[in-house]
Amino acid sequence: MSSTPAQSLSPLRAAWQRLMRQRLNAWAFWFLVVLVVLCGIGPELSPYDQSEQNLELKATNPSIAHWLGTDPLGRDMLTRILHGGRVSLEVGLLATAVASIMGVFYGMISGLAGGRIDSAMMRIVDILYAFPFINFVILLMVIVGREFWLIFVAIGAVEWLTMARVVRGQVLALKNLEFIIAARASGAGFWHIVWKHLLPNVTGPVIIYASLTVPGVMLLEAALSFLGLGIQPPDASWGVLIREGANSMETYPWLLLYPGVFFSATLLALNLLGDGLRDAFDPKSMSQQ
Amino acid sequence: MIRFLVSRIIQGLVVIFAVITITFTLSKLVPGGAVRNERNVTEEARKAQEEYYGLNKPWLVQLGLQLKHYATLDLPDSYHYKGRGVDEIIASGFPVSAAVGVAALLIALAIGVPLGALAALRPNTLEDRASTFAATLGICTPSMVLGPLIAMLFGLKLRWFNVAGWFDSSDWVLPALTLGIIYSAYIARLTRGSLRETLAQEFIRTARAKGSSETSVVFLHAMKLASLPVLNYLGPAAAGLLTGSFIVETIFQLPGLGQFFIAAATNGDHQLTIAISTFYAALIVGFNLLVDILQAVLNPRIRLQA
Repeated sequence: MSSTPAQSLSPLRAAWQRLMRQRLNAWAFWFLVVLVVLCGIGPELSPYDQSEQNLELKATNPSIAHWLGTDPLGRDMLTRILHGGRVSLEVGLLATAVASIMGVFYGMISGLAGGRIDSAMMRIVDILYAFPFINFVILLMVIVGREFWLIFVAIGAVEWLTMARVVRGQVLALKNLEFIIAARASGAGFWHIVWKHLLPNVTGPVIIYASLTVPGVMLLEAALSFLGLGIQPPDASWGVLIREGANSMETYPWLLLYPGVFFSATLLALNLLGDGLRDAFDPKSMSQQ
Repeated sequence: MIRFLVSRIIQGLVVIFAVITITFTLSKLVPGGAVRNERNVTEEARKAQEEYYGLNKPWLVQLGLQLKHYATLDLPDSYHYKGRGVDEIIASGFPVSAAVGVAALLIALAIGVPLGALAALRPNTLEDRASTFAATLGICTPSMVLGPLIAMLFGLKLRWFNVAGWFDSSDWVLPALTLGIIYSAYIARLTRGSLRETLAQEFIRTARAKGSSETSVVFLHAMKLASLPVLNYLGPAAAGLLTGSFIVETIFQLPGLGQFFIAAATNGDHQLTIAISTFYAALIVGFNLLVDILQAVLNPRIRLQA
């Protein structure tokens, strides 16, 4: 299994080692770690509150007191960006978790059931693929409005389709392999097989796909907030900050630039890590490239 | 082929009617209705309006009426734009979205395919790295950041185009550029991946062995198969582009379908919300079908299955 001979590594450990051997992936990983820590504790450490206004100050350039300057209401940009990053990352991770759980369940059931049930369930997924989900999400936002947590549920409920397909494909490939048949023959129960044999083997694809879902979800959240339908000011997410920045870009271009750079860098790191994970879990695809 | 078409068309109709039902249900949940939101309306006038739109009937009857409207293609009037059918409003917004979308698609293909092909033909060279890096950068630049930057550069600084609005005949350029650059990044990545995979296949070796020139190998043999994943991606992407990205229409203040939809959703103009969602669904279904047929034409190994 593992590419390193003579020692036994669990598939996850081996994949991890392959992942971090690529310098770019390691950078992306540590960038995200630093970002998560900064967004986690930064707003608490900052002497300013993210919504604290200082109308005398207005918009200023970066200074010692305000490392990334202030916005037209005199709010500290760095604090707002870190706070917004926290919100965006939370949305990204939670919606991905919702989508992954839904997708894994659905795909697993479909793949295990097989036959008619499987084809009916996959037909439903096909049909759902053709839905104009962005419209539903916008309508949902209008309905539930300011409920922060519902945003994840709405977004997560949209993003599970591909996950379901990926898991189902994996389960279909696995379920007739010898080791599953052997387990069944030796009297393993249904849940034992699911839990001990199937789940560990779908972990790889699920992790890969989840890591590629996070940036997608963050983009969707930012888009909704940008349209004024997601996170509501004075609360901030990166989408809100980019919207505010775009509105005042003529006079204060940095208000668009700073959150934009943070957001893009995060998306870049997440994408690199997702690609890296795909290569790491599937050494074949790496040797091809 | 005919079985395939019939089954797909039935599936498409299921999608469209499901979308009507879901949007109808969702829009019933929106707090405040179209008529209730209006001020200075007497009780009687409100009743008369509700009567006119059939809003006083039970839900199921209303849903039935909706479905009947769409089944008979006799589309209802908008709540907000009094006396205008929703089809008229779609007909006024769609050309704007479509103009931007088609231009963006062409830009995306014109940048993405050569960039990806270049990278695939010279693997692990500087050209490959540079184009892959550019594509990755493009994927990671959200349209709400790129759009304002493009507007600032070409609109405010260079003054080549209007920053926003839909007045001059050149107003499609900046929004199309924004969308085109972003989609080109995805296309470049897909092209690179699939062209490299195709070039490693046996039939390419056969083509080389029988003495085909390198150009003919790449462009006639490999590209045909390599374009499949790109096509697969273009189906949903094209529908998204044509219906106009909500973001880009907001940035450049274009009177496209996306803007109408957001306004309708927030105003409680449910007839328009349902109509635009249904229109999107029909477009997506149509494009997916088109892509499936094209794929079968390009790859003899793919058979259309009902």
